[in-house]
Amino acid sequence: MKVKLSSPTQQERSLPKCRTGITGFDEITLGGLPRGRPSLICGGAGCGKTLFGVEFLARGAREFGEPGVCISFEETSDDLAQNAISLGFDLKALQRSKKLVIDYIHIDKSEIAETGEYDLEGLFIRIGSAIDAIGAKRVLLDTPETLFSGLNDEGVLRSELRRLFRWLKEKGVTAVITGEQGEGRLTRYGIEEYISDCVVLLDHRLQNGIVTRRLRVLKYRGSMHGTNEYPFLIEHRGISVLPVTSLGLAHKISDERISTGVAGLDEMLEGQGFYRGSSILATGTAGTGKTSLAAHLVDAACARGESCLFFSFEESPDQILRNMRSIGIDLARWIKKGLLHIHARRPTAHGLELHLVEMHNLLEERKPRVVVVDPISSLMSGGSQNVNDVTNMILRIIDRLKQLGTTGFFTALTPGGGALEATELKVSSLVDTWLLLRDVESDGERNRVLYVLKSRGMAHSNQVREFLMTGNGVELREAYLGPAGVLTGSARLAQEAREREEEVKVKQEGEDRQLALTRKLRAAEARMAALEAQKVSAARELEALALEGKNRSNSILEQRAEMARSRKVRSPKATGTGA
Amino acid sequence: MATKREANTRFEYELRLYIAGQTPKSLQAFANLTKICEEFLMGRYRIEIIDLVEKPQLARGHQILAVPTLVRTLPEPIRKIIGDLSNKERVLVGLDIRSAG
Repeated sequence: MKVKLSSPTQQERSLPKCRTGITGFDEITLGGLPRGRPSLICGGAGCGKTLFGVEFLARGAREFGEPGVCISFEETSDDLAQNAISLGFDLKALQRSKKLVIDYIHIDKSEIAETGEYDLEGLFIRIGSAIDAIGAKRVLLDTPETLFSGLNDEGVLRSELRRLFRWLKEKGVTAVITGEQGEGRLTRYGIEEYISDCVVLLDHRLQNGIVTRRLRVLKYRGSMHGTNEYPFLIEHRGISVLPVTSLGLAHKISDERISTGVAGLDEMLEGQGFYRGSSILATGTAGTGKTSLAAHLVDAACARGESCLFFSFEESPDQILRNMRSIGIDLARWIKKGLLHIHARRPTAHGLELHLVEMHNLLEERKPRVVVVDPISSLMSGGSQNVNDVTNMILRIIDRLKQLGTTGFFTALTPGGGALEATELKVSSLVDTWLLLRDVESDGERNRVLYVLKSRGMAHSNQVREFLMTGNGVELREAYLGPAGVLTGSARLAQEAREREEEVKVKQEGEDRQLALTRKLRAAEARMAALEAQKVSAARELEALALEGKNRSNSILEQRAEMARSRKVRSPKATGTGA
Repeated sequence: MATKREANTRFEYELRLYIAGQTPKSLQAFANLTKICEEFLMGRYRIEIIDLVEKPQLARGHQILAVPTLVRTLPEPIRKIIGDLSNKERVLVGLDIRSAG
């Protein structure tokens, strides 16, 4: 097995396969059942093994041009046809057009006595003639083990069945043999020992009152195959095995960006929004606006003319429309235009796999560019308590969306009290962008904030922003970081007011200082003027003083001269003598 | 069915032996059957041999799987015995001959 797995391509080439046409099965087995060999489909009563075989034949005849023979050991031809018609296969029409032969083989033990040796050559002849009649390429033996209850000689039966399978192989027909699961064994009489090429196990389990069907390829000699248990569903188009993919991680990615529909959020994501085809998770506690964000994305996509699909597990379409209208998003017009389809289902309406199938079918039908699943967390309540199942399912949806290049927006409710950075479903590592919405409680109110926890492949903002729901939709505001953390709501408003006050105050202070300085300047100027005046007056005084002194000395001289004249003394030439 | 119409008289015991070719088992079965009939149903029976290799479509009519299979079409109800009829007692019980005879 290991050697084979290491070179699958070579193996795939060497092992011819026969497409069953059963949705999803050919993907799991990388091409279908082994061509020209018998395969065993086993499972408990009502697991859908007969249907698997009938679909294999019907699709072979209808889609692949391979006529088939149905050897039914349990149901009559009419019963089979009736059962198949509800799944969309008209066996009678196929019989009429010679693409199908149904042979009902019935053994009633009470009618039959056994004595001596015998073999089942009669059965061989019947199958052989049916194959030859229409050139059949496919054969269904619907529970040949029923023979064990009709015939006594187990030894003969065993060897004859073994011979039959070998003979079918020699005939080169691709055969499906169904077997009812026995205790501790795949089939009641252990015929899996004789069919070694391919064994598929079907199973249906009742979990919390909801039936989940699963399929597993137990063995596929010489071929790679998906080894997981795959949920499958029996619905109006036959069997659908899911996922259609998930064996690889090879989806093409896109560099195209699409708007989130919220300007502020686009801004946080390099101003361009999400990558097309990426998966986005929005988590948050109740009432944080997850659905509103989804509605914005859808609204923006529809406005671009893209088709959208909205899976709602909690609200009815009308409720979503009304609620979104209240924040100014009119989704009804997109529904009218046929761009938006809201698919609302209670998570408990049916098992996980049916949800998955419905999603797949809708994806197929509508080929949307944007898909919203709101919320994935409620799937937890949908009967399956197993977190892994739900995680698996979401992984499959994400895978499928990625493969289709469809943008997926998932919301998840985080229970209050738990760590916000952990989703219950452990899907956070699977998504590309994770938006975290939360409540901030302060000053007697609750406000919403949003931040981008991660966004692969872009330099996203690390800012915490306040998230407002207005009549015009969601708005993102700068959040204030105060000493007590992020300020939101009225605390933010108060902060804004405080800041305005502060501004006024600063302005006022500036003006005040200006005034003071002006005053000071004026005072200085005044003082300078006073001093100038002092200076001038002092100078004048000085001048006056000098003049006075001169006058006085002149008059003294005159007086002396007068006196001399009067005393008739020498002429007053010696001026300084008098001093 | 065709043989019935062809036959002018109906026998009390209409028997058909389905075989698939002249195998030792089918020859053995025919020999055993003839012996028993001669012994217990002298003149009251008819054996028709149907070789499925030649007429495979006839296998469906009487739900033949195993060969050899002996089918008692008359008297009603239909009875089947499979095997090479080597156990005389069981054949007689199977054909309900003791009580009828």
